Amino acid sequence: MSAGICHHPTQEMLLSYGAGSLDEASALLVASHLSLCADCRAIVDRVEVIGGGLLEALPPAALTPGALSVVMDRLEETSPVLPSAPRQSRASTAFPSALRHYIPNGIDRLPWKRVGRGIEQVTLVENGPVRARLQRVAAGITMPAHTHDGSEMTLVLQGGFLDGGVDYGPGDVATADGSVNHTPSADKVDGCLCLAVTTAPLRLTGRFTRLLNPFLDL
Amino acid sequence: MPDVVTSVPSEGDGERWSDMLTAVAESRDRAAFAELFDHFAPRVKSFMMRLGVVDARAEELAQEAMLTVWRKANLFDPCRASAGTWIFTIARNLRVDQLRQERRPEIEPDDPLLTSPPGPLPDERLDIQRREDSVRRAMAALSVDQAEVVRLSFYEDTPHSEIAARLKIPLGTVKSRLRLAMKRIGSLLGDQE
Repeated sequence: MSAGICHHPTQEMLLSYGAGSLDEASALLVASHLSLCADCRAIVDRVEVIGGGLLEALPPAALTPGALSVVMDRLEETSPVLPSAPRQSRASTAFPSALRHYIPNGIDRLPWKRVGRGIEQVTLVENGPVRARLQRVAAGITMPAHTHDGSEMTLVLQGGFLDGGVDYGPGDVATADGSVNHTPSADKVDGCLCLAVTTAPLRLTGRFTRLLNPFLDL
Repeated sequence: MPDVVTSVPSEGDGERWSDMLTAVAESRDRAAFAELFDHFAPRVKSFMMRLGVVDARAEELAQEAMLTVWRKANLFDPCRASAGTWIFTIARNLRVDQLRQERRPEIEPDDPLLTSPPGPLPDERLDIQRREDSVRRAMAALSVDQAEVVRLSFYEDTPHSEIAARLKIPLGTVKSRLRLAMKRIGSLLGDQE
């Protein structure tokens, strides 16, 4: 078990990531978790080995005659890719490397939007109804009661949160689906910075807050 | 389309392809590349066609994949994966880039958070083929139903509802089969619970 991480993406998510069938938003969350979790990296390596086996076992498809010479003629125009030199440390290097492309200038330069008291968020990937966003929740703040039409995965990057009596800390992934109606609350000292992926908008379920559903960009 | 049973490749084959790939990396060996092409390009094309790509486009992608093999051969590390597994990851990434038109988020090798060295120790080079064979044997030991959902996970985009529709079984069944299959592979490979 990797240090301190108790909650992992589901096996199906790791399989889909390794297979290449996962959407970008979910793949971003899984790849970010992988930076922090050697156990899940080993599972993804295993999925790639299965993929290699599938590829080897496929019946070869006939190529057009001369395909090899077409490609051989093109070899000279392609130059080898050199391993990239280690980068200088920057503000964003404290984050998993998969996130770098999405937060090139560090998280403080992102266009954060306030969506409630002590709650800010910014969308990093949006693909139809599937969205990956960073959420920053101030210390001790409790999210309004909500549920999901789709599923939600939340990766803790800094701080942590408590949900249904379970503590989630850095590297942990919480998975919730439509059957969950919850009110997660951010760590009382450090608050919480997390990457959340939802496959459908959240629905507020509190007696009063649900009236806000049409107005909030959840 | 009938699915093929995953065969466990015969011993020695895998190492031969890894040696060829290393020859391409070290000395830009065109003859070795031609052999790799003859073996892998028709299989990458077949992989693309299974993803629903039409013949001509699948061939283009297979050629593209092999050009990437030539270009990136120096990044191939025979201590981490066999040639077949490495070429699978190239085909998979092309699928994400070209077919889904998305980025594929991945760990970069210089990730400061990596908690352990990124690969096995140097003397494990000879072990890689044995380790890969044991993963594929575990895959071959799955029940027909389990092996089928794992295999389809490579060809259908997630969510798994497409697999459920194709097999005419509930989505929950697809997910639990996948979970059980992955768990079984893990226990066959000696994972601790």
